[in-house]
Amino acid sequence: MHIVIIGNGIAGITAARHIRKLSDHKITVISGETDHFFSRTALMYIYMGHMRFEDTKPYEDWFWEKNRIELVRGFVEKVEPQSKLLHFEDGKTLAFDRLLIATGSKSNKFGWPGQDLEGVQGLYSYQDLEGMERYSPGLKRAVIVGGGLIGIEMAEMFHSRHIPVTFLVREKSFWDLVLPLEESQMINRHILENGIDLRLETELKEILPDANGKARAVVTNKGETIECGFVGLTAGVSPNVDFLKDSGIEMGRGVLVNDFLETNIPGVFAAGDCVQLQNPKHGRRPIEAVWYTGRMMGETAAHNIVRGGQSLIPYDPGTWFNSAKFFDIEYQVYGTVLANPPENHAVLYWEHSDGRRSIRLVYDRHTGGILGLNLMGVRYRQEVCVKWLESGTPIEEVLQNLGMANFDPEFYKEYENDVVALYNRQSGRNLTLKKRRGLAGALDFLRA
Amino acid sequence: MNILQKIGLALFTIALLIFLLANGLDSYRLSPENLSVKNEFHKKEILGAAQQLGMMEKTYGSSFAFNGDLKKAMHTAQQVLDEKAKQGLPEGVSEWDYRLGDWAMKDYALQTTKLSATGPVADNPLLFLLLTFGLGILGGLLYIVPKFGELPGIKNNGIYHNPMTRGLKVGLRGAFLGATILGVLVFGMFYLGGGWLWSLLTVIVGSFIAWRVLIKEKSKEEKPARSASPGITGWLGVLTGVLLIGFYVALYWAPQHITAWMHIVDPVSKMLSGNEASQWFLYGLLYTIVVMVMGIRMIAKYRHNKYQIIRTFSVMFFQTAIAFLLPEILVRLNQPYYDFKNIWPLNYSFFFDYNLDNLINSGGLGIFMLVWGIVLIVIGVPVITYFFGKRWYCSWVCGCGGLAETLGDPYRQLSDKSLRAWQYERWIIHAVLAFAVVMTLMVLYTYFTGSHNVLFISSDTVRAWYGFLISSAFAGVVGTGFYPLMGNRVWCRFGCPLAAYLGLVQKFKSRFRITVNGGQCISCGNCSTYCEMGIDVRAYAQRGQDIVRSSCVGCGVCSAVCPRGVLRLENNASDVQERANDLRVIHVKNGELEIENS
Ligand SMILES: Cc1cc2nc3c(=O)[nH]c(=O)nc-3n(C[C@H](O)[C@H](O)[C@H](O)COP(=O)(O)OP(=O)(O)OC[C@H]3O[C@@H](n4cnc5c(N)ncnc54)[C@H](O)[C@@H]3O)c2cc1C
Ligand code: SF4
Ligand code: SF4
Repeated sequence: MHIVIIGNGIAGITAARHIRKLSDHKITVISGETDHFFSRTALMYIYMGHMRFEDTKPYEDWFWEKNRIELVRGFVEKVEPQSKLLHFEDGKTLAFDRLLIATGSKSNKFGWPGQDLEGVQGLYSYQDLEGMERYSPGLKRAVIVGGGLIGIEMAEMFHSRHIPVTFLVREKSFWDLVLPLEESQMINRHILENGIDLRLETELKEILPDANGKARAVVTNKGETIECGFVGLTAGVSPNVDFLKDSGIEMGRGVLVNDFLETNIPGVFAAGDCVQLQNPKHGRRPIEAVWYTGRMMGETAAHNIVRGGQSLIPYDPGTWFNSAKFFDIEYQVYGTVLANPPENHAVLYWEHSDGRRSIRLVYDRHTGGILGLNLMGVRYRQEVCVKWLESGTPIEEVLQNLGMANFDPEFYKEYENDVVALYNRQSGRNLTLKKRRGLAGALDFLRA
Repeated sequence: MNILQKIGLALFTIALLIFLLANGLDSYRLSPENLSVKNEFHKKEILGAAQQLGMMEKTYGSSFAFNGDLKKAMHTAQQVLDEKAKQGLPEGVSEWDYRLGDWAMKDYALQTTKLSATGPVADNPLLFLLLTFGLGILGGLLYIVPKFGELPGIKNNGIYHNPMTRGLKVGLRGAFLGATILGVLVFGMFYLGGGWLWSLLTVIVGSFIAWRVLIKEKSKEEKPARSASPGITGWLGVLTGVLLIGFYVALYWAPQHITAWMHIVDPVSKMLSGNEASQWFLYGLLYTIVVMVMGIRMIAKYRHNKYQIIRTFSVMFFQTAIAFLLPEILVRLNQPYYDFKNIWPLNYSFFFDYNLDNLINSGGLGIFMLVWGIVLIVIGVPVITYFFGKRWYCSWVCGCGGLAETLGDPYRQLSDKSLRAWQYERWIIHAVLAFAVVMTLMVLYTYFTGSHNVLFISSDTVRAWYGFLISSAFAGVVGTGFYPLMGNRVWCRFGCPLAAYLGLVQKFKSRFRITVNGGQCISCGNCSTYCEMGIDVRAYAQRGQDIVRSSCVGCGVCSAVCPRGVLRLENNASDVQERANDLRVIHVKNGELEIENS
């Protein structure tokens, strides 16, 4: 059987690796972007000079041949699921028995005037990185449009090369659709402290060209014109599925799949950013463009592709978690932490006096069960948090054992006592912290 | 870079240039008082030969010209003494004392050159101390201290854009390494007095290892892809490497040409131990200062990270107090020179006859030192490593580690992460451990039996070759000289026999591991890139497997640079045997797999 995978990102590659573990089928992985799998999440570090492109490849180049995973470089233009045939941009074709679509995302563009000028781009692909490299020499200012995770990475990238950045953010405060107000403001402060020209509640109206058709300036909705040689469009991403339009594969915003990551067409599966789940699990969204879901989907899809019709495995990403880094502030979240919590979400929020660290615990006001943890500048142990979350552990029990979740390096100050003290102050209770940081305690808990 | 840093860099460069030039500034003139030879027979003949060559009337402009003639004089003296010895030794004098051996000539050359120097450096050591060490430290600090003003956090910006730190192409790197090895082996023939046997043996062992790795373990087809920057765009690093290599070559094998540096540090040596500075004192002082200044840089860089700060203070302390000052003070107090933290087999001469005799004959303290050294080997290493991993030594105490973690920190990303490098590493480091053990056993056999030959092989030669090949060429020339070419732990990773010993304990019986935080890894590769031991940390992290590797020195930098908080260095007793068994991000559980099988 010939299994073809479109996309050599984390979803496609994880699938290929697991298919190889599970079977001896012929595997072909197609990508139009790069010859080998690399870590998209590390694009910024290449630009910043922390790593070379080579260093972002999780597997050495000989890995693929050794594991009999064939790599094809090229863009698929059209899929014919009925005749089981792929058409490439250059006219070539490829037949498959089973197909995995793992084509990832593309940067959003909202029809801004001038969005296709020279020097205007998003940051998603390796080619985008090359674009940034090309425009950087002599660049006087970059304007970045869209205050999300990729926007702030782009700001950090230019900042690392001492290129002034103006950062246009539509919202009242950075990423406040996701981050609660205090954390969001912490990041505002941190962006400013890094010397970025942060403009909140400011939108892009149009991009002005120079005589050569290159971006020269942007005009904001406040009527201001900002001179710049580069405009970064980072207002989110959406599934990269346009080439599937007339294929007969059912689509929403992404490729629609059932619990087993099957599309409407037997033998055609999808995984990763390009997927839209028909029935997302509780607390999860239908499209989740994050690294680990791509990995999990890839693994699940591999099992189901190999199994064909029988005893398929449902995709279950478990409890929501995520992480990011905003300049120097690390961020981790476990469970449900909402920017605008409903009435039944009670919150305990502790912030360090240096304004760069915080711990937020969200719990059910009525039952007391823990719902979510949000960390800034502090690391927590995923498995401990998830176990608490999945068993709805009462907040007071969580608090007394909170140290167990701490994952900061040795000798780092532990703040859990302060969190408990804060809770005691606010609730009039008199809890004490029973568990401190350490693997032994965490393991006892996890294995109990 | 702000103006202060630019000034600092300029001052440092000036100091470095003066330091390098210092050896060319003095002139050399031989006189009977300057000929530093205590042995009367030797002195008489050498003086005679020198006079015939007209050395006494001549002022030499360089140490090379001076040593050229001095060598001739000594060779003549050697021949004369050999001839005379054949005709009969003077009453009560052993042949050993009478004849002039090669080793003695090396020592005479060094001491005599040093004494014969006159000129700006020899006459004004204090001035030059200020112009080189003083100015260099000042410049370094001016460059480093402003870093404390930046926002705290990982600042690796531009490392791969910087000609100092970006490394060079794998092919070129190989060429450098090959040329160095070849040079060492060829020089080794002369070093051991003309025999090619030991160079040949080394080539055979090396070829065996290459065959194992490339052919037997099939690494030949698995071409490492992680090449470095194009061409020699990392030229500043290459230059630095060449300078370092040159320094070590001079230090070990041509110290008579760097006597000016010894003059410069004479005042410090006299203050500490009361003795004149040898090349080893020069090395120790320079080493300590570098660890201190670059330690401050390390602390500035990681000032948000307490693990790094405390660890750096620790290596600074052990280098300064225990490795450098304490032995000097011991000497001043007429006690044996002893570095309390240097453990066999890294301290490969611990069981040499002269060291054992010295310790045994030095009263209570000497015996204590002997016992202390042995207790560290048999109890200290395994027990402490069981509790904390090998990091307690390699990145908290050790001097080589101390230099690697301070001077070497800017180069840690240049370690080779390929599977092939790991295959080489396992073979080479264990081969060195075996060599160290065998060599030591032979030396001890000789010590106890008095017989120099163990099965036709002279333990003296084995030990000399070990000192030359492993301790000087490997640990020094390649180990440190290759910092800017192959990363800062070349010696610790590929060569150190103590690291091999510690690693075995760490791998098989230790509470230490690096824990991976569930599924948070985004495979970015920062951890692998900055692992100085070339461990592909990401390979473990991305599948949720805790890292248990014998080579990990627990520097904690992978954990520090990880942007997602994935890694934590931890110790735990209850799961020592199954530390790395779980693959926690394997998503589809085994239970579900069984459905299909049933
Ligand atoms: C700058 C940046 C930073 C990020 N940081 C994080 C982070 O910190 N944490 C996190 O969880 N997520 C992060 N993400 C998101 C994460 O990278 C994605 O969720 C993930 O890469 C998606 O993987 P994928 O395999 O679904 O698709 P992709 O990685 O996008 O791979 C799809 C591949 O398919 C190729 N392809 C698409 N269409 C075709 C076609 N028609 N023919 C041939 N080839 C095609 C594409 O060129 C691409 O190579 C980041 C994304 C970016 C851009
Ligand atoms: S694995 Fe981490 S702690 Fe161990 S040597 Fe490498 S970087 Fe240091
Ligand atoms: S462990 Fe951290 S540094 Fe290493 S690859 Fe994963 S996210 Fe990156």
